[in-house]
Amino acid sequence: MWMGLSYVCWAISAALAAWMLYDWFKVDTTYSEETLTSSREGELEAVSEKHRI
Amino acid sequence: MTAAVETGQTTTIHGDRVSLLRVLGPAHVWALGVGIVLVGEFTGWNFSADKGGALAALIVCWVVGLLYTSVAMIDSEVTSTVAAAGGQYAQAKHIVGPLMAFNVALFLVFAYTMLEVSDAILLGDTIVAKAGVEGLTHNSFIAATIVVLAWLNYRGVLMTLNVNFVITAIAYVSIVILFFSVSPWTQGAVLKLNELVTPANALPYGWIGVIAAFQFGIWYYLGIEGTTQAAEEVRSPARSLPYGTMAGMITLLIAAAMTWYVCASLMPWEYLGITYYPLWDAGKLTGSPLLENLLFIATLLAALASANGCINDAARAWFSLGRDRYLPSWFSAVHPKYRTPYRSILFLLPIALAFAFIADLNQAITFSILSGVLQYTFMSINIMMFRKKWPLGSIRRGYTHPFHPLPAIVLFCLCMVTFFAIFLGFGSQLIAMTVFYFLISLWFHFYRYKFVRRGDQFSMPWPKPQGY
Repeated sequence: MWMGLSYVCWAISAALAAWMLYDWFKVDTTYSEETLTSSREGELEAVSEKHRI
Repeated sequence: MTAAVETGQTTTIHGDRVSLLRVLGPAHVWALGVGIVLVGEFTGWNFSADKGGALAALIVCWVVGLLYTSVAMIDSEVTSTVAAAGGQYAQAKHIVGPLMAFNVALFLVFAYTMLEVSDAILLGDTIVAKAGVEGLTHNSFIAATIVVLAWLNYRGVLMTLNVNFVITAIAYVSIVILFFSVSPWTQGAVLKLNELVTPANALPYGWIGVIAAFQFGIWYYLGIEGTTQAAEEVRSPARSLPYGTMAGMITLLIAAAMTWYVCASLMPWEYLGITYYPLWDAGKLTGSPLLENLLFIATLLAALASANGCINDAARAWFSLGRDRYLPSWFSAVHPKYRTPYRSILFLLPIALAFAFIADLNQAITFSILSGVLQYTFMSINIMMFRKKWPLGSIRRGYTHPFHPLPAIVLFCLCMVTFFAIFLGFGSQLIAMTVFYFLISLWFHFYRYKFVRRGDQFSMPWPKPQGY
């Protein structure tokens, strides 16, 4: 049973790794680099926090 | 965006930008912090008994608890103000400067990746030990742990931390069940603390043994500061982060005390100090198959929860470095559908796998602890500078920690003691790591920093610091 579980673990790992690589390729070819790396630190704070005590 | 429309994909993108999702609450913050740490009760803390005896393990439980209470208080104050992914990295960037921030981010990535590696090795070894089958190795279980959790993290932070909440809660409840199952109010029935810890063997190596025990005492709470990595994804950082972090610290203090009491009352310190499974062994020693199996499952769940939180935190620290161009900005990509730092998660995945296959558990743990303590040392200096540059009343704080500067001083002193303890046990690793951080700092200062957009990296809308 344990050896079987070990093989199942390898299979799941390979399948999920392949899925992530596929999704990575799909996203990178669908969206522009500008869009994907457009996140900016502290954006929401800049809007909501005025720091007037 | 245009490409997305053309292909018919729907995503939730705010304005023109794809950013991390603010979907977490205080319970997720608790699950992240306690999830990372709780594995330390299932293995790790007990090696401090090998260094200094059972009483030394208890002394460091409380003293290191003080260190981490200081960490939690200081971290809560600063991060309730600097609410950005990267946690202590973003704090260092705004308060100390870019070189410190770069180092802090590397401390974070190393501490969490090595802890993830240790968790995966522990999980694999635990299954192999339970199976007792000749020829069965831990490699497949290590691979499954790291890949499945990376996939979970890839698919979204909300599900990742919901899972962490459930499995951490089960692991925690198992400690509570074990504690009450052994009649803790009665010595002699199951527990034999008065026989196992006597004045003659309580501190077998004297007080130097207590100092040496600090190295593994860190495991009681290592990683609670990881809550701050969620800063950019919690709905109300100023409220949720202090609340989740402090609740997590209280939870862990209780778990650590219960764990020590049960384990020290069931096992002689000579065995307690070398076993890899103190709580699972305690379950076995009660003679109850139910408790034995419960603690076996809880050990696996604690390791899973810790590795899960570590992947989350290491990826966010790496992502933040990319976003500020401290590393190539390629790493700062956010998945347009799942809203996770997917390239950072994928980049760190093979690194964790490689270390898990080649490193041994003790080495991985030591590298994790070293990076953690370097980070805590920074935090004690950071809070002093923070209060000096932006005194109370100058900027809005979600939480203000009491008794300043006492917690910072306590934290700094205890970090120095821990460095000495690590030097006693793993001096060459300490020196190697210091040399590594020195060389990488030179690389950053003389080569990488010229790629950084200097004005863009300081994002908090604060007034000028005092004295500038």
